[in-house]
Amino acid sequence: MDQKPGNTSEMGLQFFGRMSASISHEIKNVLAIINENAGLLEDFSLMAERGMPIDPGRLKTMAEKVKLQISRADGIIKNMNRLAHSIDETITTVDLDQTIELFMALTDSFTVMRGVKVDLQLPGSPLTIPTAPFFLMNLLWLCLDFSMSASGDEKRVELVVEETENSVLIRFRRLAGLSEALLETFPSEREKNLLDVLEADLTVEHGREEIALRLLKNML
Amino acid sequence: MSAKVLIVDDEKDFLEIMAERMEARGMEVSTATSAEKALKMILRESYDAVIMDLMMPEMDGFKALKLFKETRPDLQIILLTANVPEEKCIEAIKLGAMDVIEKPADLDLLTQKIEAAKAPLRNKQG
Repeated sequence: MDQKPGNTSEMGLQFFGRMSASISHEIKNVLAIINENAGLLEDFSLMAERGMPIDPGRLKTMAEKVKLQISRADGIIKNMNRLAHSIDETITTVDLDQTIELFMALTDSFTVMRGVKVDLQLPGSPLTIPTAPFFLMNLLWLCLDFSMSASGDEKRVELVVEETENSVLIRFRRLAGLSEALLETFPSEREKNLLDVLEADLTVEHGREEIALRLLKNML
Repeated sequence: MSAKVLIVDDEKDFLEIMAERMEARGMEVSTATSAEKALKMILRESYDAVIMDLMMPEMDGFKALKLFKETRPDLQIILLTANVPEEKCIEAIKLGAMDVIEKPADLDLLTQKIEAAKAPLRNKQG
C-alpha cells in the first residue's frame, strides 16, 4: 500500500484543521447562548433586588435551554474526539454506518452554510470494512465539497451507500450542476492520492449526474 | 430616545435572549434569522445599529455587509463572530463594519457600541 505520506499528511492536516475550526466555531456559538442565559439570570436577580418578582416558570425554561446547549456541546465534543481518534490506527476495521454518520455530523455546518441539503441513505444491515477511516472521511469531504458545487439550483445531494459482492459503493447523486468545466478540476491529485491510500476508485458519471466511490471489502 | 436595533443571527435561542436583554435596557429591538430577511427589513425601516453574525447560512456576514452598506451607506453594522482570524476582522472594518466583537459578547460593551453607533446619526440629524 502506497501511503504517499507527504501529500496525504498535508491534506489530512488541512482536513483536520478545517473540521477543528468548524467545531470550535460551533462550541463558541453554544457558549454565547449559555453566556446570554447567565446574563439574563443576572438581570433577573438585579430586578429581584429591586422588589420585582421572578417567575419560576421562566427560570425553569432557562435551565432547560442551558441543559439543551450543554447536550449540544457534548455531542460536538464527542464527535471531535471520534475524529481525533480516527487516526490512531491508519488501517482498521470500522462500522461504515458509524463512520459515515460521524462524517455527516462533522460536515453538517458546512452544508448548512452553503444551503445544501444532504440526504443520507445507508444500507439496511450493518457493514464493517477494513479501511483508513481518517483518510476515508477526508476523501468523502472532498467528494461532498465537489458535489455541493455540482448540486445546481436544486441544492440537494443524495449520499447513497450500497453493498456489492466485493465492494462498497458510496454514491453522490442528483448532481444537476455537473459540468465539463467542473470535471476539469475533479478528481485532482488530492483525491487521487487519497484513493491510492484507500485502494479505492472513483468514477464520474456525467450522464447520471453522480460520482461514485468504490471501496474494496478487503484491502490488501 | 431609545436605540433602534436589528439583530441578525441564525441561532434562534441567541436572538431571543439577546433581544430580551436589550429590550430590558430600553432598546427597541427587531430580529432576523438570515441576512436575506434582514435586507428586507433594512429596506423598510431605519435602524441605529445592526448587530449581525458573521457566519450565517447562504449569505454570510461579509456578503451581507457589502450589500447592506450599498443599500444604506450610513448604516452602522457591528459584526459578531464566534471565531474569525484577525485579518478577516480587518477586512470587515475595511468593508465598512463599525466594529467586530467576539462571541460570547459582553452586553455592556455591545450597548456602548450601539450608543456610539447612534452618535453619528444624531450629529447628522443636527
